[in-house]
Amino acid sequence: MQKTMAPKDRKPHVSRNPDLIRGVGKYSRSKMYHKRGLWAIKAKNGGTFPKHEKKAAEAAPAEKPPKFYPADDVKKPLVNKRKARPTKLRASITPGTVLIILAGRFKGKRVVFLKQLTSGLLLVTGPFKINGVPLRRVNQSYVIATSTKVDISGVNVEKFDDKYFGKKVEKKKKKGEGEFFEAEKEEKNTLPQDKKDDQKTVDAALIASIEAVPDLKSYLGARFSLKAGMKPHELVF
Amino acid sequence: MPFKRYVEIGRIALVNYGKDYGKLVVIVDVIDQNRALVDAPDMVRGQMNFKRLTLTDIKIDIKRVPNKKTLVAALEAADVKNKWESSSWGRKLIVQKKRASLNDFDRFKIMLAKIKKAGVVRQELAKLKKETTG
Repeated sequence: MQKTMAPKDRKPHVSRNPDLIRGVGKYSRSKMYHKRGLWAIKAKNGGTFPKHEKKAAEAAPAEKPPKFYPADDVKKPLVNKRKARPTKLRASITPGTVLIILAGRFKGKRVVFLKQLTSGLLLVTGPFKINGVPLRRVNQSYVIATSTKVDISGVNVEKFDDKYFGKKVEKKKKKGEGEFFEAEKEEKNTLPQDKKDDQKTVDAALIASIEAVPDLKSYLGARFSLKAGMKPHELVF
Repeated sequence: MPFKRYVEIGRIALVNYGKDYGKLVVIVDVIDQNRALVDAPDMVRGQMNFKRLTLTDIKIDIKRVPNKKTLVAALEAADVKNKWESSSWGRKLIVQKKRASLNDFDRFKIMLAKIKKAGVVRQELAKLKKETTG
């Protein structure tokens, strides 16, 4: 029942036949025919239902017989149309949500969620000054989302992606076995200054909006732990 | 020792089991030895076993099986909601509900408040102790 308008103008139409029970409509076929106005369309069109003319079928290009037939029948692998997508983000996790990290060296820390990266991991920051958690990736499964939200509008997280956090590629050195171990290890442990600056810029805006809420700063600085009598399945986070 | 709360028409009861758990209902009729006809402003009038009801102290003045309008008017006239919420039982239930709905942040704020209050109490106690021993 579509008029030939541009497709974007149509609103999805609700059924004119309400359900009495799932699978059973209120109106019979003949009543529905009348309700949809098919009689009016036919009348307007002179007794028959308006038809589109079929497009003339294009002649398929002539196929040449193949030059080579393989000796054995080789099975073609099944076509795989799967698209890799980042993990579906829980509805309770939105930018600015306070998360509780459950595993790793920061377990129990309450941390601010910034965005989901293309790999599916969550980009998260302490902020560093408040609880010592730097800009870091965290898996959604190891996180409890609380219902507390922080205002994150002043923060720009465009530049962070998975490559930023990837391991640095080491240049291979083929010479000097003796000095090899001592010199190499000492240089790797310090964090490059630009990463420290990134941390500071992200945290500056965040800390301002955190200090606007009373007690939120000490809340983020404290670790979460289960105490006696707390039942996780009954707690509202 | 004698009973004080009776099953009678107009007795307010608290539902303690089932789909309507926690609701206050009015007993509008007694069906048989085990069941009552109950009604409340926000539910369809229906039967309930007495075992699902806990009687309260509140009773309103209605005739057997009033219609919804009369029932609501009688509840308003007797001010059941306020009487319930100011009774110690009603207040306890409200506190339980509030505690159950606390956020993680709320629980943290409460912890800070408790520590602060305990500190103030302890200071006052120390003062009093000093006075009596000094």
